[in-house]
Amino acid sequence: MKKFLAQTYIWILMVLLYAPLAFIAVFSFTESKVLGNWTGFSTKLYENLFTGRMQGSASLISAVENTLLIALVSAFVSMVLGTVAAIGIHNLSGRKKRALTFVNNIPMINPDVITGVSLFLLFIFLHFSQGYLSVILSHISFGTPYVVLSVLPKLRQMNPNIYEAALDLGATPGQALRKVLVPQLRPGMVSGFILAFTMSLDDFAVTFFTRGTIGLETLSTYIYADARKGGLTPELRPLMTLIFLIILVLLLVINIRQARMQKEKENL
Amino acid sequence: MKRSHWSIPYAVFLAIFVVLPLLLVLVYAVQDGQGHFTLANITRFFSDSDALGTFAVSLEIAIENTLICILLGYPAAWILANKELNRSAVTIVLFILPMWINALMRTLATAELFNMLGFQLGKGTLLFGMVYDYLPFMIYPIYNVLAKMDKSYAEAAQDLGATPWKVFWKVTVPLSMPGVSSGILMVFMPTVSTFAISEFLTNNKIKLFGTIIQENINSSMWNYGAALALIMLVIIGISTMITGDGKEAEEALI
Amino acid sequence: MAGEHIIDLNHVSKSFGDKKILDDINLYVRKGEFVTLLGPSGCGKTTTLRLIAGFLAPDEGEILLDGRDISGIPPHKRPFNTVFQRYALFPHLDVYDNIAFGLKLQKVPSDEIDKRVRKVLKMVSMTDYEERDVNSLSGGQQQRVAIARALVNQPKILLLDEPLAALDLKMRKDMQIELKEMHRELGITFIYVTHDQEEALTLSDTIVVMNEGKIQQIGTPTDIYNEPVNSFVADFIGESNILNGTMIRDRRVSFIGHEFECVDEGFGENVPVDVVVRPEDIYFTKKPERAQFTATVNSCTFKGVHYEMYVDTDTGNELMIQDYDAYPVGSTVMLYIDPDDIQVMVKERTCNTIEGKMVDETHVELLGGEFECLPQPGLTGGEEIVAEIAFDKVDLLDHQEDGVLAGEVHFLLYKGDHYHLTILTEDGDHLWVDTDDIWDKGDLVGIDLAKEDIKIRRKHEA
Repeated sequence: MKKFLAQTYIWILMVLLYAPLAFIAVFSFTESKVLGNWTGFSTKLYENLFTGRMQGSASLISAVENTLLIALVSAFVSMVLGTVAAIGIHNLSGRKKRALTFVNNIPMINPDVITGVSLFLLFIFLHFSQGYLSVILSHISFGTPYVVLSVLPKLRQMNPNIYEAALDLGATPGQALRKVLVPQLRPGMVSGFILAFTMSLDDFAVTFFTRGTIGLETLSTYIYADARKGGLTPELRPLMTLIFLIILVLLLVINIRQARMQKEKENL
Repeated sequence: MKRSHWSIPYAVFLAIFVVLPLLLVLVYAVQDGQGHFTLANITRFFSDSDALGTFAVSLEIAIENTLICILLGYPAAWILANKELNRSAVTIVLFILPMWINALMRTLATAELFNMLGFQLGKGTLLFGMVYDYLPFMIYPIYNVLAKMDKSYAEAAQDLGATPWKVFWKVTVPLSMPGVSSGILMVFMPTVSTFAISEFLTNNKIKLFGTIIQENINSSMWNYGAALALIMLVIIGISTMITGDGKEAEEALI
Repeated sequence: MAGEHIIDLNHVSKSFGDKKILDDINLYVRKGEFVTLLGPSGCGKTTTLRLIAGFLAPDEGEILLDGRDISGIPPHKRPFNTVFQRYALFPHLDVYDNIAFGLKLQKVPSDEIDKRVRKVLKMVSMTDYEERDVNSLSGGQQQRVAIARALVNQPKILLLDEPLAALDLKMRKDMQIELKEMHRELGITFIYVTHDQEEALTLSDTIVVMNEGKIQQIGTPTDIYNEPVNSFVADFIGESNILNGTMIRDRRVSFIGHEFECVDEGFGENVPVDVVVRPEDIYFTKKPERAQFTATVNSCTFKGVHYEMYVDTDTGNELMIQDYDAYPVGSTVMLYIDPDDIQVMVKERTCNTIEGKMVDETHVELLGGEFECLPQPGLTGGEEIVAEIAFDKVDLLDHQEDGVLAGEVHFLLYKGDHYHLTILTEDGDHLWVDTDDIWDKGDLVGIDLAKEDIKIRRKHEA
């Protein structure tokens, strides 16, 4: 009985959570321009998306490209900067460590509107022309803290003598970093990269404030502009469905792999 | 070179891209257009009934949203973390999955669904959409704390004569408070500052505080926009102090 | 083997923040020697090892290798290799790659690497483990790989940082024997760090006993065991009865209310001393003419080879005795001690001597706290003074907040009829206390002093 109630509750929540996404997914298989109007099954919207011959604005494709480019570049820089920073922070102590960890937390707690406005003011103040570079720098600023936070636990788990053991065996500090530290930190770096990447994909507010007036559109700003005009570009429906499926598969793969690794560890 | 020095590049980066921008918010907030010191921007807010009203609505929506998320999310997290009631890792993945999808996209989908179902877009739909957007952020940290909780606490309580109901209220709930406060942080902060989302969900009928900031900045009223941002920063600071720092919340994500 | 120094530490000091970890360490290691740095945790032994390895640089003093200063040489260029506490094997590499790590960096040809890795694996009895994941090895096996990884580079000195601490007792004993054999076969210098006195006694040619950043005694295991220079060493190495005594004159000492003949000379007459008697050096006798004193057996426990007995002497002191024969609890026994087995040591101090200053005529500031004292005519506020407080006049309170000062029980010594405690105050000062109450190491205590027990004199009075 208890189990039945619990299951029912979970399933009701699940249905509510997924209803809008399911709704979009269903209507991605019809040609109608207006959402909610079923005009028969069709995969035309998918074809349009892949051929680029859109019913709506063709800049959707370039917005997707921009989003991916910005996310990749900023997540990569965040990963490198954040890993080096985490090693530094791990070896700091006392007040310096607390101060740096505190500032590192600010971008994560700060609402995106504030981050966006404050960075906007920064670029104005520095007379820095806004465009790709300003957006990427901004994304690095809120992505790197996630890398730092993902790498720090790996450093704490690591035997503190491992780096010294490498030096002891004749490795230069650079060799010790490459051959011992990085392989140890790789899982943390990867999850930090993924976090920074998704944060960048998700971002709307910060991009909105820091993209300047050169007409740079990412998926988020595109959707915003599109929705304000009223009437969604129909090709957004298949695009959202695809993104949803990709993330679903990715998360399932990651989780199943983790569960399997856990099991293997327990069996040892 | 000492390894602690490796933090220097990032410290410089943080100084330029985190500390300086926040200082600039403060500086712009207390200046007029000509760069002279003034408190007019701040006092203007307190005499601007439009802004004050929006501010009150934002707070109200954020508090209501957070409460609803706790009420709906805690039982869900508890069920998900309970091995007897839920054995599938996939359910958990399905619950956290929405966190990874662009919020604007999800909001848009919700708004369109409301439209099709013929709901009047307004406060009701706004709240519903907010809960829909932020519920996973409440469930996940609570689930994390509950799943990692040592079972022997509950067993010890039982051993000392507590009924299951008492075990839940006297042991499980107090021990899961860090997860709840992480959840509050991750739901309240974004809701109070959100913009765009409310416009979608209410067809521009209800404006939230974030939107006002954005409108001012976009119409080149930087100083007033900065003052409004500063006021929001104060709210954020206060709620962070109440719930403890956000580190736990963010670490729960990782 | 005799003679040639391979390592010299001259006046080496090291602090972390305000805390002095090493205080003027002077030490040399001879070529081929097995030297053990022994002491409780926090005594500075691991810091000393890390200074030699090059992971830390001394604040003061110099470290010489073959007579040349090596302070400018980074760890990866020093001809030493370290076996780390908890091994520090690289988890992403298998056994072979862990061992070959150093050789690959030196660009040794791969067939040569192969030969050397196999040879060293054979030496640690780990042949056929090349491909194993290091995480799947037991503690003992990881230990062997860690030793192999260090030895394969043919270091001039092998540094070992508590290498056996994580192993169980049986494994530890086996590894001790193997280490000793390896040392003999290889003929290289071993510098070994441990807190386990038994391990140090078993393995070492020379033991360096350390406490609180200072070297207490350097000597062979037999020297250290038989002739400890102070009560810390006596207590730390082996079991012992440490007692308050008085040197009456040369070769004559009194303790536990009796006078004994001893072999020590040159202390002067009627000088307070510490006396150490090892529990196996107190003998039972049936002949009244041999007996020096009598005692009642209080408890008797079988320890595998011998019995361990606690007896109350006729003068009310408690002694620990080890003997192959058991004596029934409650029986009266006759005992004697050979003059050779009585170790007499100068007392490091006979009371607490603390520098402070007057607050006003009836208050004094000592160790960072303010105490009431008897009126001190002629002394004014701000004047620097020296206070003396007898060991048994310091009041220890159960709750830190009840005392004028807060402290922690840092070290304790049973002296037959009372405990002698070393208390570490919040500010890091030491206070020595004699008490009949039972405290444990690490207990938090409040400290108070009665006004009549603080004896004050001007600092610059002779």
